[in-house]
Amino acid sequence: MEVTRKSGGRMSMYTGKIRQILLITDGCSNQGEDPIAMAALAKEQGISVNVIGVMEQDVIDEKGMTEIEGIAMSGGGVSQIVYAQQLSQTVQMVTRKAMTQTIQGVVNRELQQILGRSQTIEDLPPEKRGEVMEVVDELGETVELEVLILVDTSASMKHKLPTVKEALLDLSLSLNARTGDNQFSVFVFPGKKNDVEKILDWTPKLQSLTSIFSQLTTGGITPTGPAIRTALSSFNSKRSLRSLMTGDDESFLEESM
Amino acid sequence: MMNHSLKNRCKVAPGTVITGKWHSNRYTVLKELGYGANGIVYLAKFKNSQVALKMSDNGMSITSEVNVLRSFAKVQGSTLGPSLLDVDDWNSNRGQISFYVMEYIQGPDLLSFIQTKGKAWTTVLILQLLNDLNKLHENGWVFGDLKPENLIVTGPMPKIRCIDVGGTTLQGRAIKEFTEFYDRGYWGLGSRKADPAYDLFAVAMIIINTAYPKRFNKTTGGIVQLKEAISKQKDLLLIEKVIVKALHGKYSHALQMRSELLSLVTDNKSTNPGNKPSTNSSNNAFQNPKINQSPKQAKSRQTYRKKKKKSRWIETISITIFIALLYFLYIFQKLL
Repeated sequence: MEVTRKSGGRMSMYTGKIRQILLITDGCSNQGEDPIAMAALAKEQGISVNVIGVMEQDVIDEKGMTEIEGIAMSGGGVSQIVYAQQLSQTVQMVTRKAMTQTIQGVVNRELQQILGRSQTIEDLPPEKRGEVMEVVDELGETVELEVLILVDTSASMKHKLPTVKEALLDLSLSLNARTGDNQFSVFVFPGKKNDVEKILDWTPKLQSLTSIFSQLTTGGITPTGPAIRTALSSFNSKRSLRSLMTGDDESFLEESM
Repeated sequence: MMNHSLKNRCKVAPGTVITGKWHSNRYTVLKELGYGANGIVYLAKFKNSQVALKMSDNGMSITSEVNVLRSFAKVQGSTLGPSLLDVDDWNSNRGQISFYVMEYIQGPDLLSFIQTKGKAWTTVLILQLLNDLNKLHENGWVFGDLKPENLIVTGPMPKIRCIDVGGTTLQGRAIKEFTEFYDRGYWGLGSRKADPAYDLFAVAMIIINTAYPKRFNKTTGGIVQLKEAISKQKDLLLIEKVIVKALHGKYSHALQMRSELLSLVTDNKSTNPGNKPSTNSSNNAFQNPKINQSPKQAKSRQTYRKKKKKSRWIETISITIFIALLYFLYIFQKLL
């Protein structure tokens, strides 16, 4: 999370931005870099990686499960394995949960600065926590959110794609109910020509997905690692473009998670 | 998988004594009452009284719910949520776990209550619920995750209460927690921004749910599918106007919906003497020996009055028809 410090010392005076990668997959990667290492790289840049493993009747094998949990853990995010039918509710829940987690991390660091090294929200008496929680809630409502969605389009995902589309439209419904701004971008892997392909550039509206999704083709390989790496560069190019336009990159205070 | 780990950490056996770190109150766990996305609720004993104790791995969700319960306490005369008794942390052998203690609300959930006591109770309880929701809305909140599982009917005077405030959201913000079937966004009938109409949509879905206890899946979605579901159930058709208006988000106040529902059901009873469902269910109430004394009496008196009313109506109508007939005969004779 990036935090821009404005005048005044109160936490509610901070405006920030939360950046997430949401990976939707149904199994193990089999091409390119180690996705767990790529997730750790994302975390270093203040971007959290959340993973949703989609099952149908079949169960995700042990190896795939370990990888999913590993990516979320080293990416500082949340992971969840679900049946395809529950995807909508899970996608929005995981995104919100990860957002709150990030905000809590930031608030915790602020508390440590104020109260001393080892203090976190949990060390406060229950009565005091309420006020902190109000700040967390407030930030969750107003913070700017950037979500880059990575959809696994390997062959086994083919018949799950309509459900994924539904879930993503549902996600935009949930997030657009907030006061804060949202930006979405969607990548699929493997793409038609490359390992990873951008199908939707940064936009506040996910609705345009509907037409694109029906034309998607699925491929054989699962290059999860390269997909995360490409996602990172998409975040970075976005930022450099903005700083070029506004020229106020100095005012950003980087905080890695 | 977070649900998994959460269940494991907060899972405690009956008999476990939970001692608060800050207030040092001692609670003995009796049994598990239920669990949701945010934690497990136990029935516990505290100084010879029974309380409900909610534990969660996620301390912030506990804090968030406590905030809601605290602000409920400030609302005068509101009995919608449980009252808050204690908030604390427990140093278990698996690490620190946050919990809060609330009043134990005992009773069946809304759907099982209606199933055993009869459908006549649906309207009564919905009217109660709308009253409570109104108080909540007036204080700037929206309940959010309204569903039959979260609604308990306590006795001996049946009264509806809400037991899970995890979804309660300040108006104008994004709904914190919801269940798809009761969510207007899921059906494509509105946003997930917290406003009173969001709760009223859920109330309409709960009414539909009483006629379809197993719920149903979204097929075409939208108002078309829901209207079709209503049209197939006699009980729902009687109050279709109110349900559809709530589904469309036409009510911006709970009391508005309440008064229209009330006038609709009272009108129905006088203009439609052969109102099968209500007589049916009161028969059920007679057959059920487990019912508490007072509601049963109230019920039977009500039925008696209703029957009396019915016979009076038939009397009036037949006399009118008889006199009209005589008059026509008289006119007919005069004309000839």
